[in-house]
Amino acid sequence: MANPGEPEVSRRGVLVGGTATAMIGILPGRQAQAQPARSDAFRQGFDVSFEVNGKRSSLQLDTRTTLLDALRERLQLTGTKKGCDHGQCGACTVIVNGVRINSCLTLAVMHQGDKITTIEGLGTPDQLHPMQAAFVKHDGYQCGYCTPGQICSAVAVLDEIKAGIPSHVSPDLASTPELTNIEVRERMSGNICRCGAYSNIAEAIAEAAGSKK
Amino acid sequence: MRAFTYERATSAREAAAKAQETPGAKFIAGGTNLLDLMKLEIETPRHLIDVNGLEFDKIEKTKDGGLRIGALVRNTALAADMRVRRDYGVLSRALLAGASGQLRNKATTAGNLLQRTRCPYFYDTNQPCNKRSPGSGCAAIVGFSRQLGVIGVSETCIATNPSDMAVAMRALDAEVETIDAGGRTRKIPIADFYRLPGDTPDVETTLSSGELITAVTLPPPLGGTHIYKKVRDRASCAFALVSVAAVLQRDGTGRVAVGGVAPKPWRIEKAEAELRGGAKPFSTRLLADAKPTRENAFKVPLVERTVAAAMHEARQQ
Repeated sequence: MANPGEPEVSRRGVLVGGTATAMIGILPGRQAQAQPARSDAFRQGFDVSFEVNGKRSSLQLDTRTTLLDALRERLQLTGTKKGCDHGQCGACTVIVNGVRINSCLTLAVMHQGDKITTIEGLGTPDQLHPMQAAFVKHDGYQCGYCTPGQICSAVAVLDEIKAGIPSHVSPDLASTPELTNIEVRERMSGNICRCGAYSNIAEAIAEAAGSKK
Repeated sequence: MRAFTYERATSAREAAAKAQETPGAKFIAGGTNLLDLMKLEIETPRHLIDVNGLEFDKIEKTKDGGLRIGALVRNTALAADMRVRRDYGVLSRALLAGASGQLRNKATTAGNLLQRTRCPYFYDTNQPCNKRSPGSGCAAIVGFSRQLGVIGVSETCIATNPSDMAVAMRALDAEVETIDAGGRTRKIPIADFYRLPGDTPDVETTLSSGELITAVTLPPPLGGTHIYKKVRDRASCAFALVSVAAVLQRDGTGRVAVGGVAPKPWRIEKAEAELRGGAKPFSTRLLADAKPTRENAFKVPLVERTVAAAMHEARQQ
């Protein structure tokens, strides 16, 4: 453990809770009192700022906070869902710097300066994103819990195909992948739908892509 | 999740030194495996060193005509790189056969090499596991071992290495470039990178304390037909029961590494002398020392059949 009194450490932006006095400057007193941590030495607050749906957010977070929890618990963007919380179901899928990821398997503090798009940033109830409209039209859900993740993933899948990124089912690595049903299904395999709306989801994605293949 | 302190690394050398001198420190890059394990308190780092800011995100040509892949190159970017698709197809195919689109977008080259086993008993903290908790015993050997290892395993651990990418890297004879706490750099042949479990299944690689992977280099292109065949319980987003990374030449020679059967990508160069005779003599030699359990004995013939399928596919191309 580095010496918390060493000025060099704070210049690097390291917040080391080595002593109780070091903590006072970091955490708001209210939080420090309300949340007894396992050990004073590790009670943390870490500053991070990123842009969510075009809006700048600056937060002071426990280092353990996942991006998913920061979005839901701190920014009240509850459209993004917590399913398995282990990267297996895809309900937490968001788009970070144009790329879809599982927000449950990444720490919020690792996203300094990033641009994050959640389901709330894709469209509004009055002005749906074409992918949202296609999911409604094709009934691409039943209970709806996986839907925000499915839609964020689907929007990014179309970009990945456009960018020429191959998949496991692409017949030829040398050529540009095509937007076929089997390609969409393979690429969407990280999004599980317990209700089994997969056929309708695939149809919705095909329509949003402007293709009926 | 246990509490931890966090810092963003600005230099590889400092990061390696910091990791060595800080008790319980770990590097974090993609985080897709480490955070999963931290939530279960299987991994309990006290300090995380975020290496994402280091400039190891490029794929460059090496002087000898190979490729140098930065440690932070994401799995998606590596699989999609045109040079990799053209000259190292087995690597693209292996990457694309693993995980999901979301995970591949985040997972890094170095992190993929270092991912931990998916043995269900390693994950179940109520069960004994010598890898998770040294000396506690192995519930897998007497338990549900269908997915687990048949060769290179020991009395203390039968876990497999879950990586698809590493199997292709082994077939290609990649080298792992590192920097250690003293600032020294070295290249570790992938054949020497993973350790067999023996009595210390918790020690999985030959990396020293604080040693940081900076890149993985591939030798000049091998030519031939590149095949990655993965047999799994689901068509997508599942770990391999058996996988085969093959680079096969027209004259019947080739290289074949096998995944899903051992604590590391399993390749025996001497066995490749049998490839001209077909899948049977090759896999018989490759798995001559296999010690399967009753539940995973099916993997031995499955390797032969998967190799045969890969050879058949190569002949069609």
